[in-house]
Amino acid sequence: MAGDSPKDPNPPIAPAWAKGRGDDGATVIAVGLLLLGLWAIFTAARAVDGGMQAHAYVFFIAALAGGFALAGQVQKRTPLDQATYEMGVVKAGVAASVFWGIAGFLVGVVIAAQLAFPSLLYFENIPATSFGRLRPLHTSAVIFAFGGNVLLATSFYVVQRTCRARLWGGLAPWFVFWGYNLFIVVAATGYLMGITQSKEYAEPEWYADLWLTIVWVVYLLVFLGTILKRKEPHIYVANWFYLAFIVTIAMLHIVNNLAMPVSFFGSKSYPLFAGVQDALTQWWYGHNAVGFFLTAGFLAIMYYFIPKKAERPVYSYRLSIIHFWALIFIYIWAGPHHLHYTALPEWAQTLGMTFSIMLWMPSWGGMINGLMTLSGAWDKLRTDPVLRMMVVSVAFYGMSTFEGPLMSVRAVNSLSHYTDWTIGHVHSGALGWVGYVSFGALYCLTPWLWKRQELYSKQLVEWHFWISTLGILLYITSMWVSGIMQGLMWRAYNEFGFLEYSFVETVEAMHPYYIIRMVGGLLFLVGALIMAYNLWRTARGDVRTSEFAGEARGALAAAE
Amino acid sequence: MLDRHQFLEKRALVLTVAILVVVAIGGVVEIAPLFYLESTIEKVKGVRPYSPLELAGRNIYIREGCYVCHSQMIRPLRDEVERYGHYSLAAESMYDHPFQWGSKRSGPDLARVGGKYSDAWHQQHMINPRSVVPESIMPPYAYLNNADLSYDDAQAWLVANRRVGVPYTDEMIEKAVADIRTQLDPFADDFDGFMERYPKAQVRDFDGDPRRVTEMDALIAYLQILGTMVDFSTYEPEENYR
Repeated sequence: MAGDSPKDPNPPIAPAWAKGRGDDGATVIAVGLLLLGLWAIFTAARAVDGGMQAHAYVFFIAALAGGFALAGQVQKRTPLDQATYEMGVVKAGVAASVFWGIAGFLVGVVIAAQLAFPSLLYFENIPATSFGRLRPLHTSAVIFAFGGNVLLATSFYVVQRTCRARLWGGLAPWFVFWGYNLFIVVAATGYLMGITQSKEYAEPEWYADLWLTIVWVVYLLVFLGTILKRKEPHIYVANWFYLAFIVTIAMLHIVNNLAMPVSFFGSKSYPLFAGVQDALTQWWYGHNAVGFFLTAGFLAIMYYFIPKKAERPVYSYRLSIIHFWALIFIYIWAGPHHLHYTALPEWAQTLGMTFSIMLWMPSWGGMINGLMTLSGAWDKLRTDPVLRMMVVSVAFYGMSTFEGPLMSVRAVNSLSHYTDWTIGHVHSGALGWVGYVSFGALYCLTPWLWKRQELYSKQLVEWHFWISTLGILLYITSMWVSGIMQGLMWRAYNEFGFLEYSFVETVEAMHPYYIIRMVGGLLFLVGALIMAYNLWRTARGDVRTSEFAGEARGALAAAE
Repeated sequence: MLDRHQFLEKRALVLTVAILVVVAIGGVVEIAPLFYLESTIEKVKGVRPYSPLELAGRNIYIREGCYVCHSQMIRPLRDEVERYGHYSLAAESMYDHPFQWGSKRSGPDLARVGGKYSDAWHQQHMINPRSVVPESIMPPYAYLNNADLSYDDAQAWLVANRRVGVPYTDEMIEKAVADIRTQLDPFADDFDGFMERYPKAQVRDFDGDPRRVTEMDALIAYLQILGTMVDFSTYEPEENYR
C-alpha cells in the first residue's frame, strides 16, 4: 500500500503448509484446552493458597468455555473461507480495547484521587483497595490490556491487508485473542489478591507468565505464517515493526520472568536473579517494554493508519529502513538509565545514558517520517479530527522522545529520578502518543470493519480530542512542577548547612498538583467515554443527522 | 546500499532472525558482565540471608506493593546520605530475590529504616499512617494487625531461595518454622542457636501481642533489619573499590 514499495510481478508466495489445515486447527486447540482444563482442575484440588485456587478455577472455566465455543464452531462444519479476510477477531480486539481502555483509565483516576485525598479513598480493612495493589492494576490495564488489545487488533488487520492474505492458522488467531485476554484477567485479579512478583510491568506470577509465553508463541506463528503466505512480494514497513515488537517482547518476557516457584500448586515464586543483576534485567525489560511494546508496535500503527487516512504514501522509504534498524538496536541498551547513581557499575550507567541520547535520532526519524507523510495533505488536519488526533500523537511522540534522552543524562536524572517528573514523562508518551494513535486507529477501524460510510459523529471526535488534550496538558504540566519542585526540595539546604525540608513537608507540597493531575486524568477518561459512545453508535450503523444537515448548509454557504 | 534491504523485505524468516540478533546484542553486553565482575558480586561482612520471619515480612512487603512508593536504594548524593544514611552497596541486596530498589519515592527511602523507629511507631503508622504523620498519603494497613501469619510452608520458601542461590543451610531449612516462633520470643530455648544462624536478628514480639503471630509481626521484623546488617563503622569502601 505504500507508494514506496516497487511493484513486483512475482506470483503469490505460499508454501503448502501455510494454506491452513483441513480442520482449521480445531484438533490442536481442543487438545490444548483439554490439557489446560486437566492442569487447572488438578491444581485447584491441590492448591496451597487461596489465590492459586481461584486462578485455577478461572483457567478451568476458561478451558470449559473455550471447549464449548470450539464445539460450536466444529458443529457448523464449514471450513473457514480462505478467500476472505479474518475480520471477526479484529472486531473483537477493537471492542476489548475500548473496554480495557476505559477500565484502565478509571483505575488511574481512582489512584490519582487516592494520592490527592488519602483519608477519603482508602479502606483500612479492604486490602484490594490500597494504592500498592491498584497501581499495578492501572499500569497493566492500560499497557497490556488496552495497548495489547489495540496491538493485537491492528496487527491482525494490517498484516492481512498488506499481505493480501487471510490470517494463518485457522482458529489460532481466536486462541491468541482469548488466551491473551485470559492472561489479563488472571493478572488483574492476581494484583487485587496480592499475587505479584513486584517487578514493575512484569508483576504476574510464574503460571500466568507461562500461559502468556504459550499465547505469545502462537501469536508469532500466526503473524509470521500470514507473512509467509502473502501475495505481495515485499513485507510492508508496518509489519517489520510488528515483527520486532512480537519477537523482542518474547525475549524480554522470558528472561525477565525466570523464577523458581515455591510450590507447583502455589502462586508464590522467587526470581532467579537477585540484587544488582535482577535490577538491570528488570530495567532492560522495563525500558524495552516501552521501546517495543509502546513504541515499535505503535509505530507500526502509525505506518499504516496515517498514510491510509491522509491518502499519501509514507514520506521516506529510506528513512524508514534506517530508523527501524537504528531504533531496535539502540533501544535495548537504554535500560541502565533507570539505575543512575545506584549500585549498578558506573560503566553500565554511562552506556545506558549514551545510548539513550543516541536514541533521540531514530525516534525523531520515526516522527519526521510520520509527520511528513502529510505533505500535500496538511489541509486535512482542519477537516479530519481523526487524522489530527494521530498527527498530534506523533507530535507527542517527538516531545516525549526528546524529554526521555534529557532525563537519562545522569545530572538531570539525579534530580528527576524518584519524582513525579518521571510519571509526567511516561504519561506524555502514554496518553499523548500511545493513547492518541490508538484512538485514531480505533476511529478508523470501526467504520471499516462494520462497513459504515462514516463515523456516527465527527463533532464528538472533536469533543474527545479537545477534552483529552486539555487533560493531558493538565497532567503533564502539573507533574513537571511537582516533580521538579520535590526534587529541588529534597536537596535544599538552609543557611546553617542542614537539610531544609523533612520528607513529609515535600509530600505536603505535592497536594495541589495531585488534584490538578487527577482532574487531567478525569478529562482524559471523559474523552475516552465519548469515544466509546461514538464507536458504539458507529458500529450500530447510526449517523448523527444534525451534523449531516449542518454539513449540507456549510456546503451551500461555500458555494455562494 | 539501501537497495539491498529488499533482500530482507522479501524473506520473513531471515528478517525475524536479523531482528532477534540485533536486539540481543545490547542486553548481552550490559547484563552478562554483572555475573562475574568483582564490584557486583563482592561479599561484604555482615550481609546474611533473611531469617524466616524477615522473609515472611518481605513477602508481605512485596504482596502489598510497597516498592511502588518506597525505594530501597540510597544514592551517593550529599542530601541522600544525610537524610537516609550510608549509600547502598550492591552486596546489601545480593540475597534479594527480587530486588526492591524501587523507582519512585512517593514515600521516603526505606533502605536503612531499620532501627530508626520503634516497633510501636511502625505498628501505629501501619494501622493509621495519618495518626502519626498527619500529612502522610500512605494507605492504612490495619488488617495486617489482625491477620495471622501463614507460615506452614516457611521451609519451602527457604528451599526455593536456596535453589536460586541464597546460601541457606540444611539446618536453617530444617528449623525454618521453629525459627519464626523463636524470633518472636527472647526466652525461647533455641535463642542462641537462632542468633548464630542469623546474626544481628532482632528478637522480640513486634506487634505487642505475644499470643499471636501476625503479619504485622513479620513486616515490622523485616523493616527493622533493613540496612542494619553491614557495620559501616568498620566498612572500608576502598578495599572494595575496583
